[in-house]
Amino acid sequence: MANVFSRIGDWVNERAPNLVPTYRKHMTEYYAPKNFNLWYYFGSLALLVLVNQIVTGIFLTMNYKTSAAEAFNSVEYIMRDVEWGWLIRYMHSTGASLFFVVVFLHMFRGLMYGSYHKPRELVWLLGMLIFLALMAEAFMGYVLPWGNMSFWGAKVIISLFGTVPVIGSSLQQWIMGDFLPADATLNRFFALHVIALPLVLLLLVVLHLAALHEVGSNNPDGVDVKHGPKGNRWDANKPADAIPFHPYYTVKDLVGVGFFLLIAAFIIFFAPTFGGWFLEHDNFVPANNLVTPSHIKPVWYFTPFYAILRMIPSFFGTAFWGVLAMFGAIALLFVLPWIDGGKVRSIRYRGAGYKWALGLFALSFVALGAVGAGVVAEVIPEWFGNVDVTFWENAFGRVMTLIYFGYFVFLGCYTHLGWEKTKLVPERVTTHD
Amino acid sequence: MANEVVDHGRRRFLTATTAVVGGVGVVAAVVPFIKSWEPSARAKAAGAPVTADIGKIESGQMVTFAWRSLPVFVIHRSKAQLDALPSQDDRVVDPKSDAISAEQQPKYAQNANRSIKPEWLVLVGLCTHLGCVPDFVPVMKPEPFDPNWKGGFYCPCHKSRYDMAGRVYQGVPAPKNLLVPDYHFIDDTHIQIGVAPGEKG
Repeated sequence: MANVFSRIGDWVNERAPNLVPTYRKHMTEYYAPKNFNLWYYFGSLALLVLVNQIVTGIFLTMNYKTSAAEAFNSVEYIMRDVEWGWLIRYMHSTGASLFFVVVFLHMFRGLMYGSYHKPRELVWLLGMLIFLALMAEAFMGYVLPWGNMSFWGAKVIISLFGTVPVIGSSLQQWIMGDFLPADATLNRFFALHVIALPLVLLLLVVLHLAALHEVGSNNPDGVDVKHGPKGNRWDANKPADAIPFHPYYTVKDLVGVGFFLLIAAFIIFFAPTFGGWFLEHDNFVPANNLVTPSHIKPVWYFTPFYAILRMIPSFFGTAFWGVLAMFGAIALLFVLPWIDGGKVRSIRYRGAGYKWALGLFALSFVALGAVGAGVVAEVIPEWFGNVDVTFWENAFGRVMTLIYFGYFVFLGCYTHLGWEKTKLVPERVTTHD
Repeated sequence: MANEVVDHGRRRFLTATTAVVGGVGVVAAVVPFIKSWEPSARAKAAGAPVTADIGKIESGQMVTFAWRSLPVFVIHRSKAQLDALPSQDDRVVDPKSDAISAEQQPKYAQNANRSIKPEWLVLVGLCTHLGCVPDFVPVMKPEPFDPNWKGGFYCPCHKSRYDMAGRVYQGVPAPKNLLVPDYHFIDDTHIQIGVAPGEKG
């Protein structure tokens, strides 16, 4: 038997001699710094969730009906009548939220350890493109059950394009294929959600990994293991402070996967709507174009950006400014490698100003999420009694918006004007031998 | 071969012309795909005028009709509500609907009440911010969102406020007054939405 396998292997090798070396270079013998910590779980977890979304998604399409008349009922049918349909759907819906959990943490890791600095700008840009595609994918997926929040969420998001000067309203009609989100809209979103965007996502993920493996992984110390001493016990030419991905990081990641699946399973089995955060209550009502849900709010992972949109009032008779600010909040992340002129990557050795700024930035992101989700408007009367809720919510949200954008302004000044006083960066990763 | 000298000028010319012709072809081929996203003939046909019976709407009440799948509010305003309108002129963005909101109503409804007959207000019930349906909050009493509320519309999505003529208040995300669609009175108890007075339906 073994003989047959090795002969098949030889046969393939003769015809494609680069397959095995390529596999080794990117998987088993990819040398990564030996000092990865907990923050380095989230890349591989994101990959795991992506696989989950694709597999469960394929099985959902087998029973989902793509039409405004049937979509809502077909989802209920999956939930009630299809064997294990509820599990497959909850795996998909929970996976969507957990995708953003791991991606946000993955991105925060990049900020903390300066993983976007030269020479990894391309890795960061491709990652940001993945983030963008993921947001589009999630938005369109949320529309498919055709609940009332699907409908109104779609209406509000598509209306963002309606604020574009001059071409706005025809652009909006073009996106919807009707005067309102309708059957045509649902069908094209389905096509994009199940075919176009997953293909784009997969391609970007491959490019993201390929770009990463060209330059090698960063690490919590932010020092380049490639520039350190050479030679480890597997290979005399590889960095001394790096270990092969397999078995070291495959085993480490398996621990992360086990822990992650434990949390995911708990949510799927005991709290699949997560108290209205993962699946909103208003989405258990069929779409109704004449009745707006009392609180239109996007799913939690869009709320920080949504809050920025809400906090900017209209000027000169157009609401375009809020839209610009919202997209600007994402666009600024794209150009972060050029805003941050710091010479030191890791937060461990950066100036105190950077630590404070990053902390405030993360805080503002969470606070904006609370504003966007309506939590702030709820707690103001509870905590402060009879006050003008709108005024104080706007005041709080605008301060947080200022901090969010302030981070980029501060970081640009702090690094390019030479205000940053960094600590001494070690020659090698701190955990060697 | 016989001719070993490469004519670079000729090669550049051929490359450029091939690229241009190919590019034009690609653009032309993309057009049908882009255009396929436009509202279809069926969607456009569904946008026909709608006749609404307003005979049973009591004073101070609102009824929503569907036109082009859009919610159209028909409000029977009370005398008190109409009398309160001038008091809001200082608080709304465009009190006379002749500046930013000049295009938000047909000419025949561009007046203090934004309507053909003062008591009958007809509006497309979509917030001019991002298109949610505002709530009808007709009672004149202090509201959490406005202590001096004189009746009007309140959008739950982003907290835009409008008065009883659909005029947007200052300091809210919505930029313009609510849209008044084309409509006309067929008789005292019927209006047709989507057709201006004197126009063929």
